[in-house]
Amino acid sequence: MLRQLEGSRAVAETVARCRPHVVAAYPISPQTHIVEALSDLVAAGQLAPCQYLLVESEFGALSACIGASAAGARAYTATSSQGLLFMAEALPNASGLGLPMVMTVANRALGAPINIWNDHSDAMSQRDAGWLILFASSNQEAVDLHVQAFALAERLSLPVMVCMDGFVLTHAVEEIDVPDQAQVDAYLPAFRPRQQLDPDDPVTIGAMVGPEAFTEVKYLMAQRQLRALDVVTEVADTFATAFGRDSGGLLRPYRTEDADVVVVAQGSVLGSLADVVDDLRETGVAAGALGVTCYRPWPWDAVRRALLGIPRVIVVNRAVAVGSGSILGQDVRLSAPAGTTVSDVVLGLGGRPVTRDGLRRLVLDVLAGRLDGEALTYYDVDRERVAVELARELGDAAPTSGARP
Amino acid sequence: MTTTPLKLYQVGTFAAGNRLLGPGERTVQSSMDRASCITSGHRACRGCGEALAARVVMDAAMRATGGRVVTVNATGCLEVFSTPYPESAWQVPWLHSLFGNAAAVASGVAAAMRATGRDDVRVLAQAGDGGTVDIGLGCLSGMFERNDDVLFVCYDNQGYMNTGVQRSGATPAGASTATTRPVGDGVGNAFGTGKNLPRIAMAHDIPYVATATVADLHDLEAKVAIAMARRGARYLHVLVPCPLGWGSQPADTVRVARLATQSGLFPVFEAENGMLTHATPIRRRVPVEEYLRLQTRFQHLFVGPGRPDVVAALQAQADRDIARFGLAPEEES
Repeated sequence: MLRQLEGSRAVAETVARCRPHVVAAYPISPQTHIVEALSDLVAAGQLAPCQYLLVESEFGALSACIGASAAGARAYTATSSQGLLFMAEALPNASGLGLPMVMTVANRALGAPINIWNDHSDAMSQRDAGWLILFASSNQEAVDLHVQAFALAERLSLPVMVCMDGFVLTHAVEEIDVPDQAQVDAYLPAFRPRQQLDPDDPVTIGAMVGPEAFTEVKYLMAQRQLRALDVVTEVADTFATAFGRDSGGLLRPYRTEDADVVVVAQGSVLGSLADVVDDLRETGVAAGALGVTCYRPWPWDAVRRALLGIPRVIVVNRAVAVGSGSILGQDVRLSAPAGTTVSDVVLGLGGRPVTRDGLRRLVLDVLAGRLDGEALTYYDVDRERVAVELARELGDAAPTSGARP
Repeated sequence: MTTTPLKLYQVGTFAAGNRLLGPGERTVQSSMDRASCITSGHRACRGCGEALAARVVMDAAMRATGGRVVTVNATGCLEVFSTPYPESAWQVPWLHSLFGNAAAVASGVAAAMRATGRDDVRVLAQAGDGGTVDIGLGCLSGMFERNDDVLFVCYDNQGYMNTGVQRSGATPAGASTATTRPVGDGVGNAFGTGKNLPRIAMAHDIPYVATATVADLHDLEAKVAIAMARRGARYLHVLVPCPLGWGSQPADTVRVARLATQSGLFPVFEAENGMLTHATPIRRRVPVEEYLRLQTRFQHLFVGPGRPDVVAALQAQADRDIARFGLAPEEES
């Protein structure tokens, strides 16, 4: 049933219907409304026998989920930005130990400078942590991905991160269908852990592995991640059958057939992008959009197939690898078929709005050759402002460089 | 009937397996049905105090709970020497996650047991002093203040022994470590530093806090039994000499631990809900020098003219704690 709901509330209600045994969370904007809503539901007894741990840090939150999952409980946490970084040591531990759990990341920029607004720097910085990373393009998809995430995590015995844009989605009120309890119960089987802490069947979890076996363990982890690609597709298919709507999966193509240009992006920007594609198509520009829903594992073949025959690809990066370049763009380049021209664009950092006008202008600029070749372009940067600052910085450096007039 | 190959330790009145005691008073270690949670063949050094304490603590916890224990282990010597893949010395469910998160992981395990209707299964977290007083303190303090149902045991060997004997927040003043060498006029680890975790634990008003050493295994086992009979956050701080890091003889581990208590440098006590309830009086008080001289980490205090000023400062510390906890032998004073 469609209801007017805040994205965070809808996600909290959905998580509740997945019947977690343990929720551990530490507040950070813009994740707060999710954990507040869950705390209300727990306090009202609606999640019994769920245990809600109000922990002292995000490191503690993820660590408690690690313990809970290893003990055979369905575990959930949520965080953002600095909180995700504070978990950084525990992220590859959860995946390395093969512990299923679900975490919402309400995407937010990383400091410094401190900034609470939306971009994808947080999740992208943890792309190699061994978690499945899914990006929601809308609040409805955020809801649906959480149900799928528990199914995925427990089938694969791996942790899953569901990313939703901070504020843009988490704080947006719109019509959302939160699956009812019977639907979720029918879709999501009870958690059967592959291995758990049990006095009747003692196991050692987390032993020290030396050079004689470490590579093999890592290889098997990588293989399991790759196998997850098929499972992501399967889980999305069964979800579509059970709930009657398409959500999740690897990619979200929109009018990419016969396109001259395709914009690749993640998250809520895909909604605006679909409108822009429609507008452009009406004016005779054969544009399309490709949403990356499953960012890790990277759907190498699916992306290559989706971009086959597309002459021009624009990648919207909402995070930057400082000192290297784009992040999503690098992945796309690896998968792009030979002959595809990839334009890498940084857009919407730290909450700078990504508007339909801006996206439309971006596509037209790329097609008209007004962007700087294939180099990484900071499309919405204030060029006058940075020119002044650059001149000042380079001027400061002059006395030591000796070569500058 | 379960039979377990049994070794008896018969060295003095405090040792496990003392045959002068009635069967009911004997230690868990001396009984046929001990759980032997940590089997032999692990990689601990000769004379390792931590290996001894961990075996005693785990077996006592198994006895106290009827075998319903799972354990969470912080990174450190105990984790490394007991689980070199593909071997494991652990006969109980055992989880190692990270260095600084054992308390939070244990909280998660306890919450999971409660949420899945298995709260007969008890959770025991174990860490060294680094994983307790330094890198693990945030999570531990959180576990304490939430009163999560976990017994957290710190095996305190007063330094980062696994990484090569560096100073921790539990290293005593005057000790030489790889990062506090007594170079020049230096005294080793600086005075006025370090933290006392049992007292920090008491400040959280948790149900039970106790200290113990490997010199009195009856006392250690009894405290584990008391702790496991209660619910909520409990803390047990066990002094475990480290021959490698302290420069003591492997055969002297128990002796060194006993001198630590007899000198007053390591008070043995219990506290409930933040209040001191019992302190073990020192039976035969010794000057700190008797304890220090057995360890090469203090040898710079005795070479050549030595550092009587430093030894006196350590004696003053011991005297202060003897007064604070009321440890003075009754026949003296």
